[in-house]
Amino acid sequence: MIAVMVVTIAVLYGTGAYLLLQRNLSRIVIGLALLGHGANLLLLIAGGGAGDAPIVGENPGPYADPLPQALALTAIVITFGVSAYLLALAYRSWLLTRTDEVEDDLEDRRIAEMTASRDRLSEEADEVVLEESPS
Amino acid sequence: MRVALILPLVLPLAAAAISVALGRWPMARRTIGVGALAATVGASIALLALAADGTVVAGQVGGWEAPLGISLVVDTFSAIMLTVSAIMLLAVLVYAIGSPRTDDSGAFFHPVYLILAAGVSASFLTGDLFNLFVAFEITLTASYVLITFGGKRDQIRHGMTYIVISLLASTLFITAVGLVYAATGTVNMADLAVKLTEIDPGLRAGLGVLFLVVFGIKAALFPLFFWLPDAYPTAAAPVTAIFAGLLTKVGVYAIIRSHTLLFGESGPSNLLLVVAGLTMVTGVLGAIAQNDVKRILSFHIISQIGYMIFGLGLYSLAGLAATVFYIVHHIIVKTTLFLVGGLIEERTGTGALRKLGGLLHSSPLLAALFLLPALSLAGIPPLSGFVAKLALIQAGLDIGTYATVTVAIAVSALTLFSMTKIWAGVFWGDADEPPPLPGALVGSRLVFPRLMLGATIALVAAGLAFVGAAAPLYALGETAAAGLIDPTAYIAAVRSP
Repeated sequence: MIAVMVVTIAVLYGTGAYLLLQRNLSRIVIGLALLGHGANLLLLIAGGGAGDAPIVGENPGPYADPLPQALALTAIVITFGVSAYLLALAYRSWLLTRTDEVEDDLEDRRIAEMTASRDRLSEEADEVVLEESPS
Repeated sequence: MRVALILPLVLPLAAAAISVALGRWPMARRTIGVGALAATVGASIALLALAADGTVVAGQVGGWEAPLGISLVVDTFSAIMLTVSAIMLLAVLVYAIGSPRTDDSGAFFHPVYLILAAGVSASFLTGDLFNLFVAFEITLTASYVLITFGGKRDQIRHGMTYIVISLLASTLFITAVGLVYAATGTVNMADLAVKLTEIDPGLRAGLGVLFLVVFGIKAALFPLFFWLPDAYPTAAAPVTAIFAGLLTKVGVYAIIRSHTLLFGESGPSNLLLVVAGLTMVTGVLGAIAQNDVKRILSFHIISQIGYMIFGLGLYSLAGLAATVFYIVHHIIVKTTLFLVGGLIEERTGTGALRKLGGLLHSSPLLAALFLLPALSLAGIPPLSGFVAKLALIQAGLDIGTYATVTVAIAVSALTLFSMTKIWAGVFWGDADEPPPLPGALVGSRLVFPRLMLGATIALVAAGLAFVGAAAPLYALGETAAAGLIDPTAYIAAVRSP
């Protein structure tokens, strides 16, 4: 059971990190959520293996460690709240820019605009050539 | 448990709740906010009085014994941090209320600001790694709202960087906490101080580095600083000021606490010394390349963090005492400089150096308010920065880390250079381009909102008083450093309250 959990956690961290490196805000948000899930599962197995009894009453015997579960619960609530805020911010960003991609830095943006305008000019020139050529 | 221990956390939090309910009465909200923070200052000073002689005050919330309960601990170091941060929070709130550009009558400014205050206090109070995580999250969540406060395009763009990088750091933090729990079975810091020495040294070192990365992102250490100069300058002036003064210092506090209590080796740490040197150099070079008041000051935060880590890296009594002194000096001076930057922006509508000029004539008072902390930051005698840097350099020479000492002195000169850049650009000469609010500039006297000016003057005065009281304050720093180097009292206070 621990092995399954470990593999799951590794996959969650891996995919989360991959999505975090993308340009689209929606993917970044999902990536952070996956990382959060991975971290929560990690907390859970930090308390030991599965199958022990919950800590109820005064029964003797090995109990499942309740502390990591409390930690994971807190972490889940925090991740939930912050994800909601991040989504609201991503929506706001989309309203303002009409694109889901993270904008470049000011300097990068200026250079990108210069390149874009040059490309546009050359495209327009191509179109003019096409229109003039006999079809 | 002692009631005073929980007050710096509960007062702002309760005031935040009341402030939400008082949404329709802006005056009542302001009174509540200022009142709560003033009371927090009082409670922090009371705690400082208790802990000033090196006593460690510990309490368990909810009555569960450590290591199961939620420990709140105040030693000399955290009491100093609590007091300084409470004073800054109060001064900046007064400044924000007085600032017409910061709309504090909106639904959220006051409650969120108070929650930020509670989060900062909680970070300094907690004696438990997981609660440190929760305290960080409280602070960060409030800061996410404040940094995007206003919802302008630039703020969203740069706030997004800040939020994503902070969330990544938080995820790493919770991962590190999980791994520590798996290795030791506890998250109580005093308990960990003992149990971490019993595990495999390689594992312990690995966990230590993981925590250093987590806190290094928050403290903007080299090479994890890149988010800071992007994110800070776009926020409103009071928000930038409080972030600059406090938030990275919460990270520095966590680095110091974890390094001394949990993962420290005795003797200087080469890793920290190298990181400190690189942080100083990168920060100051970045500052020199900038052309905007807030951006120059933001890069300086990074450079100054290097000095604090330098003292920690030395891991000697003198080094840590100098670090404590340096942090206090830095919090006051940096907050003041950003408040002055906010005053400039308030009247001219910009912080760009080429659009500013000649402010010396239109407001000599503002020039003086800038000059004092700026010279202090660069380390000109007899201001507090000089005392702090001298102490650090002496501590460095004692240990014999000549390379880092040389870097520290060179960076100090470069700091002076970039401060003169602001001085020449803003206060001398003429503007290359007219500022957005030119009517307020040429030939006329600048008049500032009274509360903003009052808060700034108060902080400049605090900076000067800090020099006057340097000797007793340095002695206090030494007491704090002694408690950090030898945490026996800390561990004993938490484990047997």
